[in-house]
Amino acid sequence: MSAHHDKEHKPGEVPTTGHSWDGIEELDNPMPRWWLWTWYASIFWAVLYSIAYPAWPLINGATQGILGYNRVEELQSNIDKFTTLNAPMREKLVKAELTEIGTDPELQSFAKQSGAAVYKTWCAQCHGSGAGGNVGGYPNLLDDDWLWGGSMEDIHLTVTHGIRNTQSEEARFSMMPAFGDMLEKEDITSVVQYVRQISGQEHDAALATAGETVFADNCSGCHAEDGSGDRSQGAPDLTDAIWLYGGDVASLTHTVTYARAGVMPAWNERLTEADIRSVAVYVHSLGGGE
Amino acid sequence: MWDYVKLVAFGVIAVLAAIAANYARDEAYLVNALTVMIAAAVVFIWLLRNMGEAKEPVNENEYLDGVVRAGVIATALWGVVGFAVGVLVAAQLAFPSLNFDWAHGYLHFGRLRPIHTSAVIFAFCGNALIASGFYVVQRTCATRLWGGNTAWWVFWGWQLIIVMAATSYIFGGSQGKEYAEMPWHIDLLIVVVWLGLLAVYAGTVMQRKEPHIYVANWFYLAFIITIAMLHVVNNAALPVSIFGSTSVQAYAGVQDAMIQWWYGHNAVGFLLTAGFLGMMYYFVPKQAERPVYSYKLSIIHFWALIFLYIWAGPHHLHYTALPEWATTLGMIFSIMLWMPSWGGMINGLMTLSGAWDKLRTDPVLRMMVIAIGFYGMSTFEGPVMSIKTVNSLSHYTDWTIGHVHSGALGWNGMITFGALYFLVPRLWNREGLYSVRLVSWHFWLATLGIVLYAASMWVAGIMEGLMWREVDANGFLVNAFADTVSPKHPMYVVRALGGLMFLSGGVIMCYNLWMTVRAQPAKAPVNANNFLPAE
Repeated sequence: MSAHHDKEHKPGEVPTTGHSWDGIEELDNPMPRWWLWTWYASIFWAVLYSIAYPAWPLINGATQGILGYNRVEELQSNIDKFTTLNAPMREKLVKAELTEIGTDPELQSFAKQSGAAVYKTWCAQCHGSGAGGNVGGYPNLLDDDWLWGGSMEDIHLTVTHGIRNTQSEEARFSMMPAFGDMLEKEDITSVVQYVRQISGQEHDAALATAGETVFADNCSGCHAEDGSGDRSQGAPDLTDAIWLYGGDVASLTHTVTYARAGVMPAWNERLTEADIRSVAVYVHSLGGGE
Repeated sequence: MWDYVKLVAFGVIAVLAAIAANYARDEAYLVNALTVMIAAAVVFIWLLRNMGEAKEPVNENEYLDGVVRAGVIATALWGVVGFAVGVLVAAQLAFPSLNFDWAHGYLHFGRLRPIHTSAVIFAFCGNALIASGFYVVQRTCATRLWGGNTAWWVFWGWQLIIVMAATSYIFGGSQGKEYAEMPWHIDLLIVVVWLGLLAVYAGTVMQRKEPHIYVANWFYLAFIITIAMLHVVNNAALPVSIFGSTSVQAYAGVQDAMIQWWYGHNAVGFLLTAGFLGMMYYFVPKQAERPVYSYKLSIIHFWALIFLYIWAGPHHLHYTALPEWATTLGMIFSIMLWMPSWGGMINGLMTLSGAWDKLRTDPVLRMMVIAIGFYGMSTFEGPVMSIKTVNSLSHYTDWTIGHVHSGALGWNGMITFGALYFLVPRLWNREGLYSVRLVSWHFWLATLGIVLYAASMWVAGIMEGLMWREVDANGFLVNAFADTVSPKHPMYVVRALGGLMFLSGGVIMCYNLWMTVRAQPAKAPVNANNFLPAE
């Protein structure tokens, strides 16, 4: 076997080790010098690094490295740096009257930046990272259509205590009844057409006329006689084109039959007052603030 | 007598599995028990029908190649399955509506993702290693596989494990450890099959007719032994019930995380690196018809790789609850591992010196060479990503996914394709491959697919890493998480496209191999499988 392979070796080529497995031979080349020295260098570097930084486990604890570096302390010092930097403004923010924040441009600008970060961390999951909301019960925060009010005080109260949750006693609460148990199917069909009429959508005029009575008898108590809603109980305005759960016939029929009740958590246990105020300023500044 | 023992044993297994199915506490366990019952019943009937039949005499001077042929078929088929599921999950990430309502709870992304990883690592790569290992160890030891039909039991046991694992994931049976999702009862089956594999391999090496053990066998053995150790330690768990898939891990908290990534990293190190280096050390010199470049280098880089790899796991847990000293060690061992990894690349590439011209005409060799290239690239990228400051950017991003795939598609995939193209004409005794042109097509589809994959994931990963850490002058966060997801859409589409190209190459390969067996003329029989004349 090996004689056969020897013929293929060029003159001057390094010899083989003399082994042969299934015709495979091995040349006796030395290890490439660059390879060996790069490896030595990486080992040398590793030793130096392990002296400089926490590395070798001992019986109690580990070597801490001569540079005294500690990633937990590094993180903490980064946090502390910004905490100290922002402390005066945060203090000012908490002390200010809610309505006065807007009159101090420096404070307002700080609160908006801080509030944007709070919003992106805690609120974007439901209301969308652009605050455009999501159909299915997550209100759009860019428009001026507010369920519970769009003043600084209202927004602050909503963020602090949330809506229809069990966490906060002060959470605002209202409950639309499921009319499927109370109204006949025809009544629901006609009131849906009426709602489409007052919201300026395509509708069946005859059914809508019949629905007007159903609306007056069952819905106007909360949504007001003209359907413009009532913020004191979080009853949405039905005359505009903005829909929390959809304004098509199927969605409206579902809403009337089974009712809807979105929940927002209370944030007073998770966020600081400065954060709550910041995010209130941010949301207030998005376009619909009152 | 032995036949009766086997018959009774499989009858008992079938009955026990039926009982287990009856008492099953969850769907995944039920399906697994039924699978075992059916498998055992099929073996039982097969044994029964062959009872008393005169057995064909075994020529002990011949290589046992039937099991290698079966392994080659399994490798090619599982490969295509694994790539196809990969393309599907990639498409689901780009277009979430592909998580169809009808499939919800069984075939959505969360269930398919572990099927993809397990299919590729254990079914495709596992079968490739077992089959090529059985081929290589016989040739380089000039002896028949040790243990009679044990090799066949290993083969079929492994296929059973694959089917059980995949169905378990579909029905929600998972212990939630990455690359070790299999529930405890499958873990036990793996131990049995793996010990069989170790016995066959070590037994064959021990009865070798060559004075020395060839380097490929060192790597294959290191792979088999280390995976056994990793598997047993990482999967230590107490089942909640012997009739259910759920179990309680033996370790808790950060210890569990550390052991998981010691396992996870070395599954890459010993299965996807050491095992495949064994493959490379046989098939590259054979295909290039050149001697291995340096014996010294192979010894040194083998032992260095084995010693250093096992400590590098903590780099998966930088900036977590793992103590800083442990992550430092994980990092510096990863850096020291760079050159030992490259030793394999150098030995592979330099083996071609004097034969570089063959790359022009031989797409199979080209495939092996580009595999070595991707190996070199990803074993450089790995140590770079293990550096803490780099990792603080790359961790949790798609960069990691890109890194894994340049290794898995580029290195493991391409070297396996090369080995399959080498093996099929020889195992089926055919005059060369059906079509060299199709090999070229496969080569380019796969290579360009990997380039699209890796490049899109680098861009996506670095972009999202930078967006996550972006804060303004006051230290306030700039981007919402959702803002970092939506810009990745184009990259996800490109990635899915790259995966689709890689899959198409795999399908072309299957066709080419199939036609090689079916349509190529047989080679003149010159005792091709008989190793005696070689001596």
